Amino acid sequence: MTQGFPEFALEIHDLTKSFERPAVDGLSLRVRAGEFYTLLGPNGAGKTTTLRMTTGLLKPDRGSITAFGIDVLADPVAAKQIMAWLSDEPMIYDRLTPLEYLHFVAGLWGVDNDTADARARDLIGWLGLAAYAQERCEGLSKGTRQKVALAGALVHEPRLIILDEPFTGLDAASARLVKNVLRERVADGCSVIMTTHILEVAERMADRIGVMCGGRLAAEGTLDDLRRQAGAGHATLEDTFLALVETGSRLTDSGRGPIAA
Amino acid sequence: MIKAGTVAWFAQHETRLAWRDWAWLLSGGRRRRGYAVMLGLAVFVVFMHGFAYLTLAPSADFTAPPDKRLLVSIGGTLLLYWSLMLSQAMEAVTRAFYARGDLDLILSSSASAGRLFAVRIGAMAVGIAGMSLGLAAPAINVLAWLGGAHWLAAYGVVLALAMASVAISVMLTIGLFRSIGPKRTRLVAQIVAAVIGASFVIGVQLVAILSVGTLSRAILFQSQPIIDRAPDVDSLWWLPVDAAIGGGLALIIVLAAGAFVLAGAIRFCAPRFAELALAAGGVAQSSARRHRRAISFHPKSPGQALRRKEWVLLWRDPWLMSQSLMQLLYLLPPFFLLARMFYGEGSGAALLVPVLIMAAGQLAGGLAWLAISGEDAPDLIASAPVTAARVWRAKAEAVAGGIAIVFGPILFVLAIVDPRLSILTLCGITIAGSAATLIQFWFRAQVKRSLFRRRHVSSRIATFAEALSSIIWAGAGAVAVVSLSFAIIPGAVALLVLGLAWMFSPKRQ
Repeated sequence: MTQGFPEFALEIHDLTKSFERPAVDGLSLRVRAGEFYTLLGPNGAGKTTTLRMTTGLLKPDRGSITAFGIDVLADPVAAKQIMAWLSDEPMIYDRLTPLEYLHFVAGLWGVDNDTADARARDLIGWLGLAAYAQERCEGLSKGTRQKVALAGALVHEPRLIILDEPFTGLDAASARLVKNVLRERVADGCSVIMTTHILEVAERMADRIGVMCGGRLAAEGTLDDLRRQAGAGHATLEDTFLALVETGSRLTDSGRGPIAA
Repeated sequence: MIKAGTVAWFAQHETRLAWRDWAWLLSGGRRRRGYAVMLGLAVFVVFMHGFAYLTLAPSADFTAPPDKRLLVSIGGTLLLYWSLMLSQAMEAVTRAFYARGDLDLILSSSASAGRLFAVRIGAMAVGIAGMSLGLAAPAINVLAWLGGAHWLAAYGVVLALAMASVAISVMLTIGLFRSIGPKRTRLVAQIVAAVIGASFVIGVQLVAILSVGTLSRAILFQSQPIIDRAPDVDSLWWLPVDAAIGGGLALIIVLAAGAFVLAGAIRFCAPRFAELALAAGGVAQSSARRHRRAISFHPKSPGQALRRKEWVLLWRDPWLMSQSLMQLLYLLPPFFLLARMFYGEGSGAALLVPVLIMAAGQLAGGLAWLAISGEDAPDLIASAPVTAARVWRAKAEAVAGGIAIVFGPILFVLAIVDPRLSILTLCGITIAGSAATLIQFWFRAQVKRSLFRRRHVSSRIATFAEALSSIIWAGAGAVAVVSLSFAIIPGAVALLVLGLAWMFSPKRQ
């Protein structure tokens, strides 16, 4: 790690958010700089709520969030400058072309015009969007729209990329392309935190995996760590995941914290 | 138990859905709110009856045998009303074609789509008739009170006109589908609907300006040249008017004609609806438009990026553009009046001040809704490193830019005719536009911008406050033409409306 740079890309402490019932309940986790971190969990575990609070889209009831040493709650604009958010529903404008969309996003992040143009064209090339660059997004398939949204998330070269189910609706070739782009970004020093229900993606890509259940972290660590925590007899990640969720549910009900890594 | 797939079964299904929609619209899911809305409606009905009485009582003797003057007035009003019904029916039919809802489910089943659409055309007729009868009821009831029970026959005429409106709209829309295809029909049908709705009002105003130099329709219907040129009292042209006044045979003929046309439309058009609805469903999947030259999004600031984005999105969406600008059709008569004055052929530019202020308030409200509530990528904007205040400011500037483009040229011409009026109008447009934008900001809710036409449903308080604010600011503008000091009173009332809107706004609560 370069001296002077924070060790952690993301530090979440005692994060709490309730709607009608607790969605995130005293969550604490850390993502190291240059790490690919995946959050797993059943539906309603609080993964998306956690990420939305991290990106400043939701206000937590309690707790703190720090991105590369910047307090997200105290200085959201500075924090957003180094972050990118991509949800499973592509946030794009139907009446803009992908190229125009990328220029617009670059403008929002204050990227100068020449740099924005060069990056937009590079991303369009990398993500195989050249054929659609001048077409309005309204006619693009779900997968292509998702790639446009991903390009938008990368055009300002964020240091922390936050992804919520980015592989939903992608075909195998597109999914591989997106995985490769994300791997390249991590290799370049970028940090990624991602939720997914596709366990194979977590297994292949994540440096560490966090398993959420009932708004809390039920388990955390590398895949081997998780297998150990789940106990013997769980050969696949699916078995491991289901065992951890079951244990996590019991612990959540009894009010106890995550299983130690 | 009704047999599944029959007309009666579909009718039961549609009635249940319509009833639940209505119940939700009234109550918003809360019983107490439902009671409050019912009470509000009752007060509104009483107010409308009072308004109708004050308008009609001094205008004519409704117990006397109808003369040509009365026939012209009633005939003109019926024609005006029918054009509005036709406009509403066109919109309802277009919605039935393009809204997917449960169509995919039903069209993929083995049930007869022809029966479903027969029921839906019938339901449209019931809907249009219900709305039209509701709106006409105060005037008809007051006429019956003043002139006798025979005036209640006007209900039958309104019903017949509603049936004919739906039938004509169905045939017209199918004709458009066949001639210009499903993609263009959506836009063209919406424009046709608005033009039909506005054309008679605008046409009558234009004739009034040319003949008597005023915007008033009532004066035109009472003017001697029009009465002289109208058909004789015993002409068949007056059949619907005769029916409305209580002519028994005329009423039977008018009702039978309406029912016959509607039955014909159902019989011949319902079976074609299914294939056309399928074609309409394919519009969304059609290939995208290419742009050889991208719009330059090379902004100097995030605010500029946001402003340009708003304008480009509006410019590239002809449907939204037409919906936003359609109300500006009503500016044509005042602009024509202004043009006449510019060439020294008339006077009364003061009439323009409230019309322009009102139109600006309404347009600003629509544009502000699109920019604020109709944001299609809210997460993207919220996750950008831009403060919320800066985002809102940029969106307000985008609205102001749109208003400036539309009203700038008119103000320029007005400044040449009468600089003082031009300054007054500019102030009024700025204030009314800002007030409408503020109301949309306070009542913002995340909705897809394609639901622009249903924006009034999302908050009745916002809709009411926006309309009331524009009307009162327009009134203040009209008073200011005579005396600036007196304009303080309506201005204060308008500010009170704004204050109340803010108090009731969900964002504040």
